[in-house]
Amino acid sequence: MSNFSYTVLIPLIPVFVFLFIGLLGHKMKPIVSGIIGTVGLGISAVLSYITAYSYFFNTEKIDGAFQKILAFNTVWLQFTDKLHVDMGVLLDPISVMMLIVVTTVSFMVHIYSLGYMKGEKGFARFYAFLSLFSFSMLGLVLATNIFQMYIFWELVGVSSFLLIGFYYEKPSAVSASKKAFIVTRFADLGFLIGILILSFNTGTFDFISLTTVNGAAMATGGGIAFLGLSTMTWSLIFVFMGGAGKSAMFPLHIWLPDAMEGPTPVSALIHAATMVVAGVYLVARLFPVYALSAPDGLTVVAYVGSFSSLFAAVIACTQMDIKRVLAYSTMSQIGYMMVGLGVSGYGGHDGLGFMASMFHLFTHAMFKALLFLGAGAIIHAVHSNVMNEMGGLRKYLPITHITFLIACLTIAGIPFLSAFFSKDEILSAAFHHNKLIFFVQLFVAGLTAFYMFRLYFRVFWNKEPHYHHTPHEAPLTMTIPLIFLAIASIFTGYIPFSQLVTSDGMAFEAHIEWMNVAIPSIVVGLIGIGVAFVMYKKESELPDRMASGLKLIYVGAFNKFYFDEIYLFVTKKIIFNYISRPVAWFDRHIVDGFMNSIAWITNYVSFKIRGFQSGQVQQYAFVFVSGAILLGVIFIYLFSN
Amino acid sequence: MNAGIPLVYFLVTATLMFFVGVYGFMTRKNMITILMSVELMLNAVNINFLAFNRFLFPGQLEGHFFALFIIAVAAAEAAVAIAIIINIYRHFHNIDVEQADEMKY
Amino acid sequence: MTGNQIMFIIFSAIIIIFSILTVTSRRILRAATYLLFVLISTAGMYFMLNYEFLAAVQLTLYAGGIVVLIIFSILLTSHIEEKFETPALMKRVYAAIASIIGAILVCTTLLNYTFTPGTETAKDVNMNLIGNSLISWGEQGYALPFELISILLLAAMIAVIVVAKKVKTK
Repeated sequence: MSNFSYTVLIPLIPVFVFLFIGLLGHKMKPIVSGIIGTVGLGISAVLSYITAYSYFFNTEKIDGAFQKILAFNTVWLQFTDKLHVDMGVLLDPISVMMLIVVTTVSFMVHIYSLGYMKGEKGFARFYAFLSLFSFSMLGLVLATNIFQMYIFWELVGVSSFLLIGFYYEKPSAVSASKKAFIVTRFADLGFLIGILILSFNTGTFDFISLTTVNGAAMATGGGIAFLGLSTMTWSLIFVFMGGAGKSAMFPLHIWLPDAMEGPTPVSALIHAATMVVAGVYLVARLFPVYALSAPDGLTVVAYVGSFSSLFAAVIACTQMDIKRVLAYSTMSQIGYMMVGLGVSGYGGHDGLGFMASMFHLFTHAMFKALLFLGAGAIIHAVHSNVMNEMGGLRKYLPITHITFLIACLTIAGIPFLSAFFSKDEILSAAFHHNKLIFFVQLFVAGLTAFYMFRLYFRVFWNKEPHYHHTPHEAPLTMTIPLIFLAIASIFTGYIPFSQLVTSDGMAFEAHIEWMNVAIPSIVVGLIGIGVAFVMYKKESELPDRMASGLKLIYVGAFNKFYFDEIYLFVTKKIIFNYISRPVAWFDRHIVDGFMNSIAWITNYVSFKIRGFQSGQVQQYAFVFVSGAILLGVIFIYLFSN
Repeated sequence: MNAGIPLVYFLVTATLMFFVGVYGFMTRKNMITILMSVELMLNAVNINFLAFNRFLFPGQLEGHFFALFIIAVAAAEAAVAIAIIINIYRHFHNIDVEQADEMKY
Repeated sequence: MTGNQIMFIIFSAIIIIFSILTVTSRRILRAATYLLFVLISTAGMYFMLNYEFLAAVQLTLYAGGIVVLIIFSILLTSHIEEKFETPALMKRVYAAIASIIGAILVCTTLLNYTFTPGTETAKDVNMNLIGNSLISWGEQGYALPFELISILLLAAMIAVIVVAKKVKTK
């Protein structure tokens, strides 16, 4: 078996880069810090590829299954013999796959940002935060135990907060970063509760012992039932709540569209390819526990995922800001992954959904990063996010146009591009498991094709608005990642995931179900593209007429079904008025009042007696002598007998 | 030489001298006169020490040496005090103790 | 009445009267002179207690040194012919009350207490004994306080120079 201890360097290099740039970034030229960050991450990426190669092809399988390898482990916090928090590196198929995803996308984003962020204030800061994020994400991916994962989970949240609020002089960016942080933090509360219940029940934080099939941990799982579900199920639902927060699942999705206030490369890295799939990864990490001891939890995952994907897809059809369209698209695709996990069983061919979900995660990371980076190139060219101010850009941005088209075709599920394979496998898993979810997802596939091509036609074709200056193609540092990711989007579909990343580590044969699944999904996709083509290829009144025809849905979707407003109403009108105000009143008047009155009394008395400190030495002497005489009297006459 | 004079007489004399010094310390405004009052008090204490030594412990020397050291300390104290007084005089152009109250409150 | 007693009465009368004059005189130079008389009478007291060396020290150091120092500083800081205003009445009353009560308290305590005189044979405190005591240690040795006092005097000397030195103004 090969020695994997070098993998600990993969997260450590970015953290050193972060410290280096963070501390010394202002002393060097911005471009130098950018190059240092990029090179550091490049080394991590190379190490990840080596790791993946040797893990998948040079490591012995036991009983035909990939083993979980503890490449590095150290006790970090020892509370008692049993309760200790470890830090380490765990290698198994999904973590190795995630390593590839994270380092690849992050590396591409690093290169891309060299061009995109050029001349921005805080260039070095940007690279420091990117490195911090990469470190946190890699630490999360490689976590050996659920507590380490939680720590890095929060670190990821912090770096996401920092990066969304990168333009901290812009009020909208500040409030978006706050919103993202608070919403995910709220979700993480659920995660923490889940962790506590789970480890209380099973007595371990460790992933390996948690997920051992028929192991001690799972056997203790049943436990007491509460509201008809076992404690194990409840804890996993809570854990999923954390995952839903990070992955922007309904109803905790509201932060993701606002997070687009951050610089576009950040959106590509964090809010498309890596951080938002952390929730999926979390469920996948605990998948054996879900599948074997809490199948009800998985049902929740499936329905939440399915609803989120539909919900987000509908909203995406109406949004005018290209980054927001992509944000909702991300949410929708993550919903797909959740569905994949939710409809999966454990082991062998039953684990098709798991495999498909991971597959989709992988391909999605590539094409979604490509879409975001492409959007970044467009924004870079026209200095606007809004679709109305774009059109006919294919002439000016040829490379961006081609790569963007490839990404759109991929996400629409056109055959023989990567997402075709991964999405179809999710659909076929759903088909065999739950027909309702299958049809919803099929419809979502059509909507996906529609809104992506709406975006595509609107931006690259349609009527050309009046540009202040002629848009120009992005520099080489930005187009190279685009091209690389476009190639990845086309060909990653041919990676034999069913041989590599499966629920129990065993390879199985997956095949495309043409009749039941593939043909309908292709047809739906083509219909979506066709509708978009008719409506948006040229400027026409069709979209407006459609909008007025479906007024209710359109207005609802355009306003994101008023979810922000509902949350605002609940928080501002109900929680603030009926909980926060009385608490604030109590705090201000009773608690503060008590403290203030103590302070006031002290102050008052001090002012009254400050005359003693008159500076008149003779007065002091008088008081001193009188006191001495008094004490003399007391001791001689009162205490003598 | 001390035959026929009881100890208490020395002590009463010293006591009166001491409290006159206290009175002076409390009433005088000029810092140099306050210093004089302090010297009075120190001398009263010295008389006490010596009287006790002579009457109660004639075979020992503690009181005597204590008085000696008090004289040395008093000399040092007087020197330092006068230096400070001169400095205050430079600063305020008088040596009224009631006006040197900038550190109050 | 023996000569001793007459001497004692004279000395104590001088001490008390001139003490009071010292703290009440309205001319500062006179106050200093009265203080000189008090100090000299105190030296007389020491003589009466058979501490000749200390009496000599008292005369040279106090009468000769400190009073001269005080007079110097008076000349530096005051107009000699200037008369002090009498201090405020209330201040005098308070101070007098405190002092008199204190004096009465101490005197009554003293008079009510019976002292048991020491029975050991009196030591002849001559220069030889004092010198040896000052540089020896152990029983009846005072080398340590002697050294301390020497350091104190050195420190005082330096401090006086530092404090009294004129601050250079640029």
